[in-house]
Amino acid sequence: MKKSAGVKEQKPLSLKEIEERHEATSGTWQLRLYVAGQTPRSVAAFANLKKICEDHLAGRYDIEVVDLVKHPQLAAGDQILAIPTLVRKLPQPLRKIVGDLRDTERALVGLQIRPAAMGE
Amino acid sequence: MSKVGIRMTKPAQEMDKGNRSLPKAPTGIQGLDEITGGGFPRGRPTLICGSAGAGKTLLAMEFLVRGATQYNEPGVFMAFEETAPELTQNVRSLGFDLDDLGKEKKLVIDFVRIERSEIDETGDYDLEGLFIRLTAAIEAIGATRVVLDTIENLFAGLQNQGILRAELRRLFRWLKDRGVTAVITAERGEGALTRHGLEEYVSDCVILLDHRVTDQVSTRRLRIVKYRGTAHGTNEYPFLINEDGFSVLPITSLGLQHQVSGERISSGIARLDTMLGGEGFYRGTTVLVSGTAGTGKTSVAASFVDAACRRGERSLYFSFEESQGQLIRNMRSIGLNLEQWTKKNLLQFHSSRATFYGLEMHLAMIHKIVQDFQPKVVVLDPIGSLIQAGNQRDAHTMIIRLIDFLKQREVTAFLTNLTSAGEALERTDTEISSIVDTWLFMRDIELAGERNRALYVLKSRGMAHSNQLREFLLTPQGIDLLDVYVGPEGVLTGSSRLSQEAREKAAALARQQEAERRDRDRTRKREVLEARIAALRKEFELEEAEAETSSAQDLSREQSVAENREAMSRSRKADMVAEMVKDGVVAKGRRGAR
Repeated sequence: MKKSAGVKEQKPLSLKEIEERHEATSGTWQLRLYVAGQTPRSVAAFANLKKICEDHLAGRYDIEVVDLVKHPQLAAGDQILAIPTLVRKLPQPLRKIVGDLRDTERALVGLQIRPAAMGE
Repeated sequence: MSKVGIRMTKPAQEMDKGNRSLPKAPTGIQGLDEITGGGFPRGRPTLICGSAGAGKTLLAMEFLVRGATQYNEPGVFMAFEETAPELTQNVRSLGFDLDDLGKEKKLVIDFVRIERSEIDETGDYDLEGLFIRLTAAIEAIGATRVVLDTIENLFAGLQNQGILRAELRRLFRWLKDRGVTAVITAERGEGALTRHGLEEYVSDCVILLDHRVTDQVSTRRLRIVKYRGTAHGTNEYPFLINEDGFSVLPITSLGLQHQVSGERISSGIARLDTMLGGEGFYRGTTVLVSGTAGTGKTSVAASFVDAACRRGERSLYFSFEESQGQLIRNMRSIGLNLEQWTKKNLLQFHSSRATFYGLEMHLAMIHKIVQDFQPKVVVLDPIGSLIQAGNQRDAHTMIIRLIDFLKQREVTAFLTNLTSAGEALERTDTEISSIVDTWLFMRDIELAGERNRALYVLKSRGMAHSNQLREFLLTPQGIDLLDVYVGPEGVLTGSSRLSQEAREKAAALARQQEAERRDRDRTRKREVLEARIAALRKEFELEEAEAETSSAQDLSREQSVAENREAMSRSRKADMVAEMVKDGVVAKGRRGAR
């Protein structure tokens, strides 16, 4: 909570927008991480995601890990090609981040936790 | 990249040495299996490239559908461009029901959508998701064929080219390892086969599709750029897409191995049969009738068709100039009722303008109709107009292909060709005279203010045919061939021939009358002479009788003189003298009788 408030202070405008939209739906960030078995890359991706969420969305997120080796039929639903892929189901609109999320800045931009405009 | 290319090349070549004929997966596509020597390389990827609208997706889809329906090889279609419902709809017009195949577990369509705008990339990744999906689909139906259409779309959706290329290489290797026969489609690139250089990864078989428009007529062509381990046709082969799907028309693969028939069939014109060794054409040969405008080519063709229908043989008449109604009406004027045969379904007319389709479409259309109708006789009237649908060379090759096709089916082909005025007469626009078996030539003979038709057999392989020119008459009772007048005044036809014949007739009559008169004269003369001879003989007989009478009289007179002298000498008693005188008198009398 504290940390998320801190985030709010940093960039109140864009996040506010997303938050507002998000508030209208359910309130939590629904994230789904597609992996294929326990590969080092999958493990790294999950660890990176966990960290980002804890840092920026603590208490307001929900991570579902889908192992396509176990459930291959689930790949088509979210149009998964690349592994690992993180799908932001909520808030809308749907976003996908491909890769092991090791570049936190880009991951934040991808998840729209941090606006791309910040770079200006 | 090139290193990899070389590394991939070597094992493939080594394998080819050991195994001369690669195992093939038949495509089931008309003509394509012929030019590839049996299909695509089994268990290896094949690349199909071509510009937009060249027919890549369709070729790939037909490969799967035919595999599933004809060869019991289920297939997976991984679509990167079109969704499953779109694909289903697109190929329904070709008679492929993808829904049914899906229900029968013979086909899986997996649509892969990549939206660049909703994807961000951070860090390493691979395309394991694609592999997993492909594996799932393959395993779901036990697929042995896979299509990736068009995998190049990945380049638009993903930024990291290095990862992408590495993953593609892994994918093609993986497909090979799994032993599935894969077809990968790719967009044609500028100065390269594919836009993203996919040919680097797929090196076993590369097929290029092309769609050109020349003189407003479109032609689709296919070329096998590369087919490792297989002697393949290297030409560009025209192909077309119609309601039966894809068909490639190999030009040379038909060859000359057709069966030959010794059977003879009538041309429908009795006198023409006589000219052709007395029996007409050989079945399954190609007959060309060429001539200038209005010489009666169509009428000869119609007579031939009529004769075929009379024998109960099915006939096809492709007309590029006249409609069915017009032909039937016109032929009625020379006593041919073709309508009765169309009603009995022995005769079919197909009229279309030559320019309506491209040549390949014409050829395919003719192939299809011939296959459906199974005719014994096919007429193409006139073939020269096909040039309008393409160019001369294309028309030439097309007609050769067509003739080969018909010969293989033992169909007698009857072609007409218009020779334009001012051209060398004994030539055809399409230069096909050398491949026809029988060539009838029709020409005008202009003489004495009229134009008449004449026909001769320019060549007819395998028979002793007449070398004479015949006058060709179109009468309400049909076609008639007459001897032309050949005399000191040259070849005469029409009314010149008639008047010449009349003159000859008159002269002959005069000669006959003259002979009769001479005969009569002779008879009379003989009679006169004989009468004269009889009269002379009578005269002579008379003279002879007279002479005999007079000599008898002389004798009796001598006798009486002698008697008188005897009497006198007796009275004078001169015995000795009387004896002498007696002898002399007798001798004298004989001399006088002579």
